[in-house]
Amino acid sequence: MKNKKLTPPAKVLTGGEALIKCLESFGVEYVFGLSGGAAIPIFDALVGSKIKLILTRHEQGATHMADGYARATGRPGVVLVTSGPGATNTVTGILTAMMDSVPMIVLTGQTIRSQLGKDAFQEADISGITMPVVKHSYLVKETNDIPRIIKEAFYITNTGRPGPVLVDLPKDVTSGPFTGETLDPEMDLPGYRLPPKPSIVQIKKFAKLFKGSKKPLLLIGHGAVISRASKAVIALAEKLNAPVTNTLLGKGSFPETHKLSVGMLGMHGTAYANKALVNCDLICSIGSRWDDRINGNNKEFCIGAKKLHIDIDPAEIGKIVQPDMSLVGDARQIVEELVKLVEPLETTEWQKELNYYKKEFPLKYGKSAGLTAQHVLDELYKVTKGEAIVTTDVGQHQMWAAQFYLTNDGDKWLSSGGAGTMGFGFPSAIGAQFGKPNDLVVAIVGDGGFQMTCSELSTIFVHKLPVKILVIDNKYLGMVRQWQELFFDNRYSGVDLEGNPDFVKLAQAYGIKGFHVSKNEDVTKVLTEAMAYKGPALIHAEVIKEDNVFPMVPAGKSAYHMIIEAPTTKLEKPTGST
Amino acid sequence: MEPTLDVKKNIHTISTLVANKPGVLVRIALVFARRSYNIDSLVVSPSFNEKFSRMTITAQGDPQTLEQIIKQVNKLIDVIHVSEHNDLDAVHNELALYKVKFTPSVKPHILKLIKKYRVSVIDTTGNIMIISQTGTTGDLNVLESALKKYHLIEMVRTGKVAMARGHDET
Repeated sequence: MKNKKLTPPAKVLTGGEALIKCLESFGVEYVFGLSGGAAIPIFDALVGSKIKLILTRHEQGATHMADGYARATGRPGVVLVTSGPGATNTVTGILTAMMDSVPMIVLTGQTIRSQLGKDAFQEADISGITMPVVKHSYLVKETNDIPRIIKEAFYITNTGRPGPVLVDLPKDVTSGPFTGETLDPEMDLPGYRLPPKPSIVQIKKFAKLFKGSKKPLLLIGHGAVISRASKAVIALAEKLNAPVTNTLLGKGSFPETHKLSVGMLGMHGTAYANKALVNCDLICSIGSRWDDRINGNNKEFCIGAKKLHIDIDPAEIGKIVQPDMSLVGDARQIVEELVKLVEPLETTEWQKELNYYKKEFPLKYGKSAGLTAQHVLDELYKVTKGEAIVTTDVGQHQMWAAQFYLTNDGDKWLSSGGAGTMGFGFPSAIGAQFGKPNDLVVAIVGDGGFQMTCSELSTIFVHKLPVKILVIDNKYLGMVRQWQELFFDNRYSGVDLEGNPDFVKLAQAYGIKGFHVSKNEDVTKVLTEAMAYKGPALIHAEVIKEDNVFPMVPAGKSAYHMIIEAPTTKLEKPTGST
Repeated sequence: MEPTLDVKKNIHTISTLVANKPGVLVRIALVFARRSYNIDSLVVSPSFNEKFSRMTITAQGDPQTLEQIIKQVNKLIDVIHVSEHNDLDAVHNELALYKVKFTPSVKPHILKLIKKYRVSVIDTTGNIMIISQTGTTGDLNVLESALKKYHLIEMVRTGKVAMARGHDET
């Protein structure tokens, strides 16, 4: 009898296991998701992996968590959900990430290949549904393609202009054997090219255009935040002596407490930023797409001013504003070169003019009518020394937070700008806290938005995440109410949030500490106590019901038409969209 | 040179080289549809490299929107190359099939047209013939209106294909 040497067969990986190994190789720490039938082979492969699975209570929450994680760390957030409704629940989060150029990988389970297109149980054509809101997407047809596709997905999502990538994975693809040769194959992306760095000749030409400007203005957008251009932007502004304004998403890339900063511009920007926009003789956008929040009327936008544009996306050049010159490429790389080539400008008079506006038209709020959101947010800024990572929902509280919570770091202001997604604030704070465990993370949310994703209270309870949730409760969908008051003769329609829960009790029901404040004199004390609390906490701030955000540039109008204070006469209906 | 008819009428011919994969056509069509830009004709066919397909799209509309559409199409990962062509820098052709019913009395007139326009009859079944024509959009329009004087039952056109002249890449 022959002595047959028995060797156990090398373990064959399933597609799901190969997938998780690939994610590990890209340094993925967390996967945010919710399980389901078609994704079981992938969830199975997560057992024993060093990747931590964060089980959310809704797939929208998972996408916003991945988004918040990505914005806070610069690394792609990863979402894992099942097919059908699990997949469609991610659409809002994908749109949010796409509009704000956030790197995110969304892995969706799918029905088995032989059932595709046959209306199988929990089948949704998710790659079809999401095509207009992804940077790219895949429907994986072969198990052996998984490593290449995941490698491509990670490359695409966080290079050039970042954006979400969806990978749809049929169940038999993830449960089938992986027989490929390598988990690190070559990518096959002949149609994906990053813009080359602009030549020094071009940058020199661009630098010359600043010459002679007496009233320059730098406009800092999200692109500057994404490319971590902060240092270079500060150097450029200081060398040029140029005042700086930022978009909502550009907050922090140039410190808002810097003497050259005029803060946020646009529909609810500071009066002095909008005055700067109207009066400048040169505007240079660094990573902003001149969108309709800052440019309501293209015909009246910075009339007579020289317009310069730096953007990594060639499709943004000339999309809204036709610049005198543009540079396509990474903001940090370009600005670093530009700093060396520009010459200082004489802007003493210009700075004096803007300082006059700062004194004449400061952001302000009263205390006589009761507790205002502005007061709470101003106090939050003081209590946290402006050092917290702040996330927001969308609406009045968001604009007030942008106005009063000055930001000095690019990765500390997380807000849904392009999509304007209610329900973003709380889950994105969870993602940010996972990514930055040592930072204080505060979700500033409205009573409306919070109720869209508040089921994630379970998630922070389970993980003992010390996220602080500040609910600004005015018992209205406040921004829409403001429009109806100002432009629609106080005809309130669909804005009254009667039936709000007791938010403190709601938090307590999930095992989370609740605080309450409704009086001016208690704000500092309550916020100080809540921020110092070790562990998750919710602060319910009941504020006056009918308050409006000013300054305001009516939609469709240019900054010339800014309303600084509550108007005494009836306003015409805006021509712009929202 | 004078601006061509295409330029005057805001007719644009866009040629793209794309990955030969499912779903690419949808991605491109979405870029047009979202901006409410109608596609007049579309030809998709294999290219010289089997990994890629060639799409030739004809559309009418304002040049600013089209410029944005071309940039957005170019951003699609599955799109290798996009370019816009006009009559000056590229040659264009399309193919049309015409189904015509004839009687003994009109047949000589139709045959005269066939000779004049150098087109061919590729099928005759009973008293119905199918005429095939290859030419520019203008050539096709002329024959179409001539045949309409008789009993033109059906017409099928492929839409334009284009190729850049000389050394330029299509």
